[in-house]
Amino acid sequence: MTWSEMQPLLSQACWDTLYMVGWSTLIAVAGGLPLGILLVLTDRGGLLQNVVAQKVLGQVVNIARSMPFIILMVALMGFTRWITGTTIGREAAIVPLAIGAVPFFARLVETAVREVDGGLVEAVQAMGGNTWTIVRKVLVPESLPSLIASTTTTVVALIGYSAMAGTVGAGGLGDIAIRYGYQRFETELMWITVAILAVVISLIQFAGDYAARSLHRRDGRSGPAPRLRLLKADAASSETA
Amino acid sequence: MITTSGLTKVYRSRGREVTALDGVDLHVREGEVYGVIGQSGAGKSSLIRCVNLLERPTAGTVTVAGQDLTALAGRGPRAGKELRRARSRIGMVFQHFNLLSSRTVQDNVELPLEILGTSGRARSAKALELLDLVGLADKAGAYPAQLSGGQKQRVGIARALAGDPKVLLSDEATSALDPETTRSILALLRDLNRQLGLTVLLITHEMDVVKSICDSAALMEKGRIVESGTVSELLATPGSQLAAALFPVGGEATGDDRTVLDVTFHGERTTQPVVSQLARTYNIDISILGAAIDTVGGLQIGRMRIELPGRYEDNVVPIGFLREKGLQIDVVDSAARQTALVKESAK
Repeated sequence: MTWSEMQPLLSQACWDTLYMVGWSTLIAVAGGLPLGILLVLTDRGGLLQNVVAQKVLGQVVNIARSMPFIILMVALMGFTRWITGTTIGREAAIVPLAIGAVPFFARLVETAVREVDGGLVEAVQAMGGNTWTIVRKVLVPESLPSLIASTTTTVVALIGYSAMAGTVGAGGLGDIAIRYGYQRFETELMWITVAILAVVISLIQFAGDYAARSLHRRDGRSGPAPRLRLLKADAASSETA
Repeated sequence: MITTSGLTKVYRSRGREVTALDGVDLHVREGEVYGVIGQSGAGKSSLIRCVNLLERPTAGTVTVAGQDLTALAGRGPRAGKELRRARSRIGMVFQHFNLLSSRTVQDNVELPLEILGTSGRARSAKALELLDLVGLADKAGAYPAQLSGGQKQRVGIARALAGDPKVLLSDEATSALDPETTRSILALLRDLNRQLGLTVLLITHEMDVVKSICDSAALMEKGRIVESGTVSELLATPGSQLAAALFPVGGEATGDDRTVLDVTFHGERTTQPVVSQLARTYNIDISILGAAIDTVGGLQIGRMRIELPGRYEDNVVPIGFLREKGLQIDVVDSAARQTALVKESAK
């Protein structure tokens, strides 16, 4: 296979992957953020304490989280057809991707929100703030750096899931790697997809870390992201050596 | 201004019950600084959290500025609109400041005003005015992480004042600060109390806090108020633990055959030459074991521990002479000192 043959395949695959991951991330954040916050609020001692609701939500999240994605995708086929009218293609892949990512993101949100100092909640209660005010002015803004880091983790996980979505004809980089690289022994093309995935994931991770870092004012420093500093330190030590 | 009656708080967890407050009756007058002191676990935190109902009392009532908050609270665990409005008129400052790290100093002070629904321009004007009042006008754009502990607490105080409260609750506001910063924060609270007529209820475990700014004080032990009153009342109460702690004088009897007295002077009596009068009148040798003159709650107080030769029975007449002079005399017996020492070492 020549580069001119590979190039349109790869660019279409990149676009398909970004399309699926982009939409499912949006849905995962829209669904997982409220769900994660609810998991915290309904817990024992929480502002909306409701032990039954917490147990039920937690159980649903646990089951959905522990389901292997490829099984989830097959199991959800009926639901996917009901939503999108088909079980094949990019749009059809977004449904199981989003449903798999919502509980994943919700658990990360839960952990991030639990880290917010209870004293801040108490302070806003003492000012006369209601639960919605506390969510909007305290829990979300104070955990924002962690929430961004959680979103990054979710995007990276979704890129991994989306490779399996190739099995329902959704296209994407994973699909190329399997169909051409594995089934047709186009090793070169496979390695190119691996390189592209590595670069994309690194870029997303870097952008996410940078965004989280620049919001993190808790330590009172406004220096560059740790990775940049690490590089500089390496450069300095190699100069001295 | 703040009245609690029969305030009781029982925590239940896994079948065990812990009584944090056991029928607390507290009365804080308008415009005074009232200190509640006690060791950790005495129930101070529960008490101050029950005043604005951050904790729901198990029984009893809380009245702030004539409003019965316990009646407003309703039955459910969530605070209704009425209670939230009442809370917005009670300022609160915290031991660990509780500032939002994601907001600038000015935005932190504006937060209570956002909750009250004040418009943007009025908010920032009020916030800057309050920051000026606490001496941090130049830090409006800084983030809490860039401030020192004392500065953070000043922001906390400015924020507590944003809703124009009549009452300020202070939960160990100076306990995380060094002695010098503590003094400056206490001076600020005192100034606000005088300038704005703010009623302050503070809880603390530091006797110095009570000594330097409180008009009245209460001592809490095991969920109960053991002693309470204005500082001068307390100092005039024979055998008051708070008075002894506010103004300790040391010194041990030099032998068994001695009588040890604590003499307390108030106001202009501080300057009377009583000891030499006593020595001349009865021709006895008096040793001074310890003495101090200090200002407590704006009053000049002197305390002296003296030793007279002979047992208590031999000294009834000299003690009567001192009492006649209008001095407060506490006879320190060795058994009492023993328990006092045990207490001291238990701390």
